Amino acid sequence: MISLPDEAELAIRAEGERAYPDECCGALLGGFDGESGKIVKAILPIGNSSETAERFHRFTIGPGDFMRAEREAKARNMDLIGFYHSHPDHPAEPSDYDLEHALPFYSYVIVAVEQGAASGLTSWEMSADRARFLRESQNQGQNLEAPPRTPQGDQSP
Amino acid sequence: MPVTIQIPAALRAFANGQTEVSAEGATAGEVIAAFAEAYPDIGTHLYDETGALRSFINVYVGDANIKNLDGLDTPVKDGDSVMLVPAIAGGAPGSAWA
Ligand SMILES: [Zn+2]
Repeated sequence: MISLPDEAELAIRAEGERAYPDECCGALLGGFDGESGKIVKAILPIGNSSETAERFHRFTIGPGDFMRAEREAKARNMDLIGFYHSHPDHPAEPSDYDLEHALPFYSYVIVAVEQGAASGLTSWEMSADRARFLRESQNQGQNLEAPPRTPQGDQSP
Repeated sequence: MPVTIQIPAALRAFANGQTEVSAEGATAGEVIAAFAEAYPDIGTHLYDETGALRSFINVYVGDANIKNLDGLDTPVKDGDSVMLVPAIAGGAPGSAWA
């Protein structure tokens, strides 16, 4: 489960649209909630280091940028909890290439950008055996409202 | 010759949460191989099916990327720090699928 505040989601969508027809990429900074829950508190856009001609379907965050993202997280009292990238004119589902290059633990947010407009947005975590990505449930983090109460309270047995 | 390996955050859960461990070897490649042998669940993420180090795993000895030195043959000495730094890569399916 990942909590992605509206503000962060909108920022990722905007990054995807700005980079179109290329892929955008960046880091998710935040913290942990319980066993596997993550809370995104900020996004950190990172320049796509793939070859220019490949950027329409590839992104790379090199080791230098990776270390800078970790340092930035630490400086802000957060953790590096994942990454995002866009799929220009492809659905927001991880590709085989995504799987081959993934690490466990991190969340991978993918935003589809169709003809320049951001559409579907999903989040994934790779299984520990590298076999597949598992879809993460998303909520809107701090914007989420408390669940409605039953008017007369529960009728406990 | 014990060398310290800095474990990336993403893989610490497979090493009992440790941030660093010591490993023996004369080269960066030997040290990482010894580390992967000690923690096979981490080895899966470091090496591909052919036994080659995955392309997105970068190795630093001290502050230097071994790509700029002798690669996995880069010698290490007692007390060196070896850091494993992932590159993050991915993308949409290739254009052939579009
Ligand atoms: Zn992708």
